[in-house]
Amino acid sequence: MSELRGVGIGLGVAQGPVARMAEPLPAPEDAPSSRTPDEELARVREAVAAVARELEERGSHAGGMAREVLEAQAMMAEDPTLDTEVSTRVNAGKTGEFAVHDAFATFRDTLAAMGGYLGERAADLDDVAQRVIARLRGLPAPGVPDPGHPFILVAKDLAPADTALLDLDKVLALVTSDGGPTSHTAILAREKSIVAVVGAVAATELRDGETVIVDAAKGVVTTQPSAEELSQAEHRAAARADAAAAPITPGALKDGTPIPLLANLGKPEGAAQAVELGAEGVGLFRTEFLFLSASQAPTVEEQKKSYTELLSAFPGKKVVVRALDAGADKPLAFLNDAHEENPALGLRGLRALRASEDILREQLTALAEADAATDADLWVMAPMVSTVEETDYFVTMAREYGIKTAGVMVEVPSSALLADRVLQIADFASIGTNDLTQYTLAADRLLGSVSSFQDPWHPAVLRLIKATGDGGKANGKPVGICGEAAADPLLAVVLVGLGATTLSMAPTALADVRASLLTYTRDDAERIAAAALAADDAASARAAAYAAADPAA
Amino acid sequence: MTQVTRTIRVGSSNGLHARPAKLFAQAAKDAGIPITISKGSGGAVNAASILGVISLGAEKGDYVTLVADGDDAEAVVDALAELLTTDHDEN
Repeated sequence: MSELRGVGIGLGVAQGPVARMAEPLPAPEDAPSSRTPDEELARVREAVAAVARELEERGSHAGGMAREVLEAQAMMAEDPTLDTEVSTRVNAGKTGEFAVHDAFATFRDTLAAMGGYLGERAADLDDVAQRVIARLRGLPAPGVPDPGHPFILVAKDLAPADTALLDLDKVLALVTSDGGPTSHTAILAREKSIVAVVGAVAATELRDGETVIVDAAKGVVTTQPSAEELSQAEHRAAARADAAAAPITPGALKDGTPIPLLANLGKPEGAAQAVELGAEGVGLFRTEFLFLSASQAPTVEEQKKSYTELLSAFPGKKVVVRALDAGADKPLAFLNDAHEENPALGLRGLRALRASEDILREQLTALAEADAATDADLWVMAPMVSTVEETDYFVTMAREYGIKTAGVMVEVPSSALLADRVLQIADFASIGTNDLTQYTLAADRLLGSVSSFQDPWHPAVLRLIKATGDGGKANGKPVGICGEAAADPLLAVVLVGLGATTLSMAPTALADVRASLLTYTRDDAERIAAAALAADDAASARAAAYAAADPAA
Repeated sequence: MTQVTRTIRVGSSNGLHARPAKLFAQAAKDAGIPITISKGSGGAVNAASILGVISLGAEKGDYVTLVADGDDAEAVVDALAELLTTDHDEN
């Protein structure tokens, strides 16, 4: 087997034969035309009008959002500026095909250079150009293949005209080599809950008919999968379908051991959806949203209002709020505007708050006041704590403001290694697996070239999680997980086996994790965790865990 | 023939792309008189050209200038200004 990496959309997994989207037509050559400029222009205008009418017709079939996009594409085809550009070129003796190709290319380059949302509209324009050129050549427009059986659609990127009429009963999954998380393919996949991996550059090497596994949770496409991998994927797909249909119960292992399942939230407005999906509280409330759009810190009153809104949604339940976590990937000018060579190793998290202590004191004031006004069980934790001394600093200050439960995030290996001492002082610890992985493997999580290191299954990361779990046990203190690792259904079991007492994740992952926990006893979880810990690397830890988990399932 | 020039701030939260750009270019085309649009002190483009309008890259709050030439230029500019200041990306 080998793996292609991209960006997964959602948590699903699917398998099946590849069907490739037809390759784009070769670019027309710049050969002199044998027709008169008037003849060429007439051909182009006929083709452009025909393509515009076809796009409009597809739009009216598709309806909704797709209709808007297709109508916009029809307007692009008949755009007056483009018509002028094409005229200039045919008058200079170019063929209609080349004139269309060249004129469109000028605009697509402008859009692509603008990047972001506009950059991704360049694909819409490419699609229009392809359709017009196909029409001029008397060829069928490039489109979605129809192999006559369900398939995994592999494309460079999907144009709105393709996605609008896609027969979703036939499409098992989508894989694209281009396009990012805001491409049409990604939007379609989210809207219709289709398993998808986008931006997998190596997808151009997939061949028609070969069987692959598309794992959106991992953002990986597995080629030449083994029989074992295929059956694991099938098992996961079936488990996911069952989990979605299962009743919502409090998080627990098969033997009844409760493992509360909590939600990660970034704004108070997310609370209602989290409750609906069965969140038993909040395991990580990020407070950055209050600060990120501001040029100065929000007032105590403004903060109190947001915290009160959040806490009111969870009466009698636990809500863990993280103090402002700025720096590195979330810079805040008023907290730290110094240039740093290595911001991930710089003045961030609690370090930055300590340097601007007023901001921390105001936040604790607002939290204590919101707590007094509501019935939720408020816990507050400090981000990126790396020493016992910092733990003492934060916990002492939180107590000063009447915060009853004060803890720390374990994201730095030093805190995990000294967890037994950190947890003598802190009331709880919460492990941020994304940062813990980046710091353990010394691989910047924002850097594509080292993204293969960013895997929480790595046994070095698992050992540090175990050290933290052991530190919790020794002191009788809870240890939660609030990183993306908790949303991986099998890794969640491993984390419990390593000593995690609660799991917090994006609300959409709750059903999968709930179902997975119910499959294993505490003994199973410890055995599966031990198998993963004994591995040499992330891939073999994952494989060992699957092997250890299978007989129990 | 009257020429009308007006500067307006873009109101759509996602700026003048996608749907707002399409609505605007469609309306400019339907008006049937020559209209140009420019952003800030940049060059003017044909307002009926969706590609030209998108390429301006106008965001919410940016100033854009409309120039229309024709008998009912005043009314046309009124209608287009209305479109530009409305937030089409609400909800």
